[in-house]
Amino acid sequence: MNAATSTPPGVSPAPSPKQTSVLSPEVAGQRRAAWTLVLPATLYFLVLLAVPLVLTFVLSLHDFDPNSGGILPTVSLRHYLDIVSDSYFYEIFLRTLLLSIGVTLLCVLVGVPEAIFLFRMRDPWRSLCLVLVLGPLLISVVVRTLGWSILLGREGLVNAVLTRLGLIDHPLQMLFTMGAVTVALVHVLVPLMVLSVWTSLTRLDPAVAHAARSLGAGRATVMWRVVLPQITPGILSGSLIVFALTASAFATPALIGGRRLKVVATTAYDEFLGTLNWPLGAAIAIVLLVVNVLIISGYNRALEKRFTRRLG
Amino acid sequence: MTSQDSRYDRNGFGALAFHAVFLVFILAPLVVVCLVAFTPDNFLSIPTQRFSLRWFRSLMGDEDFQSALRTSLWLGVMSATVSTALAVPTAMGLARYRFPGRDAVNAFLLSPLMIPPVVLGIAFLRLFTLLDMGGSFESLVACHALLIFPYALRLIMAALVGQADEGERAARSLGAGRWTTFRRITLPAILPGVAGGWVLAFINSFDELTATIFVTSPETITLPVRIYMNMSETVDPSVAAISTLLIGLTLAVMLVLDRIYGLNKVLVGNH
Repeated sequence: MNAATSTPPGVSPAPSPKQTSVLSPEVAGQRRAAWTLVLPATLYFLVLLAVPLVLTFVLSLHDFDPNSGGILPTVSLRHYLDIVSDSYFYEIFLRTLLLSIGVTLLCVLVGVPEAIFLFRMRDPWRSLCLVLVLGPLLISVVVRTLGWSILLGREGLVNAVLTRLGLIDHPLQMLFTMGAVTVALVHVLVPLMVLSVWTSLTRLDPAVAHAARSLGAGRATVMWRVVLPQITPGILSGSLIVFALTASAFATPALIGGRRLKVVATTAYDEFLGTLNWPLGAAIAIVLLVVNVLIISGYNRALEKRFTRRLG
Repeated sequence: MTSQDSRYDRNGFGALAFHAVFLVFILAPLVVVCLVAFTPDNFLSIPTQRFSLRWFRSLMGDEDFQSALRTSLWLGVMSATVSTALAVPTAMGLARYRFPGRDAVNAFLLSPLMIPPVVLGIAFLRLFTLLDMGGSFESLVACHALLIFPYALRLIMAALVGQADEGERAARSLGAGRWTTFRRITLPAILPGVAGGWVLAFINSFDELTATIFVTSPETITLPVRIYMNMSETVDPSVAAISTLLIGLTLAVMLVLDRIYGLNKVLVGNH
């Protein structure tokens, strides 16, 4: 027996074929230790996450009496049918989808080049600019949204500058438009795109680009054929994050879009805390959750397939 | 990674112009908020002639604002502590052992990142209404500890994975118990990760709005919720003053994080 075959504590031994049905005491002990360590958080999540989500789903199946404002004990799929068939909800879901697609595309168009330019810089500018670009992630979304409502308001800075330059006669109505919501959301989310692309740039081997250059490829060719394919996973995962966060964004659409431009999250909020139709609000929340999870997992699966096929 | 110096790696004029416009886009809303906070006027305007501290002074006498600030600070401290206390053993279990169900547990514990905060808020509200304890400070701590858990877990996991377990093995083989090994070997080694995880969890709790809005009561309104409510009713420059304080506080935290941990690592390394 030498040192290589004895199992050090803290590392699970590779299961030997003889022990498929009966666990050795050591493996059993390891598993017990592992479960003891992860159990508190798992229980916490069961009580505070799994149970409440199930309760919300059950709530969404109950009927609602608008006269008494009460939740009726009868159970039906009425609210889900309403969401699917009512043009009011249809419009809200469609608006949220288009907003998410628009914000994601803009974040790709703006965030990807910015990440590449940042990556090409040299210290100290590089670190400084990186902090300037990513730092706002640590500042509350409400604060960042306040900035946009000051900039875009009727008396705001953008209107003042445009008037001063003589480009417009009357202040433009920019708040409460989809354009304003889109710009503000791009501002809130584009650092995440930069971050995601940055991460894949740091994994890139510069030698490959240099090899392409020395073999005679031009700048554009290197970017298009060498760098871009390698950072595509970063762009795609950044897009997924931006898309999912736009689809569920609440504060920015509520404050910049106002009452008229409702999205799914603000509608769920209004049904819960405004109209007090809890079952309908719960149904909207469940649909948002399910669509979100389906898109995220579907997107991930499609990506994995594509990239494993390419690599394998 | 060191990028090799060569001419074609440099940014051209177009790239630098793009970068400048991008920085203006990113910073303009924040700069504007800070400027408006110093206006002497009664409405949101950028001071041109005179700067005034009147809106900061008005915060001093504003009991609503101060109680919201106290709630947010305490909530951040308590929930980050609960979260970190749960995340350290969890990270140990996930990073040091392979066991059936490990991936499922990992995905489950990171799921708050995937669930829209509105949905989480509604789910919390449902639970606490049934338990008849909605709006209490304790219920807020419980919700926030869950919301920010993934951030703490990720940073602590990263610290553990970067830390080889030879020291732990050596201690164990010399006869130290699990607890002694953890206290004397593992914890000191991952302490920067734990501290970073705590701070990141604190910041996320401090900034959380959407889920919190469903579970607050008038006694437990947090700062972001206060600003949100203020903004959706009447906007006066005191909101800008509060926001400026928040921006300043965030800058201070960033400097501290940079000192103890390297800000690039916190922002880039672990997402």
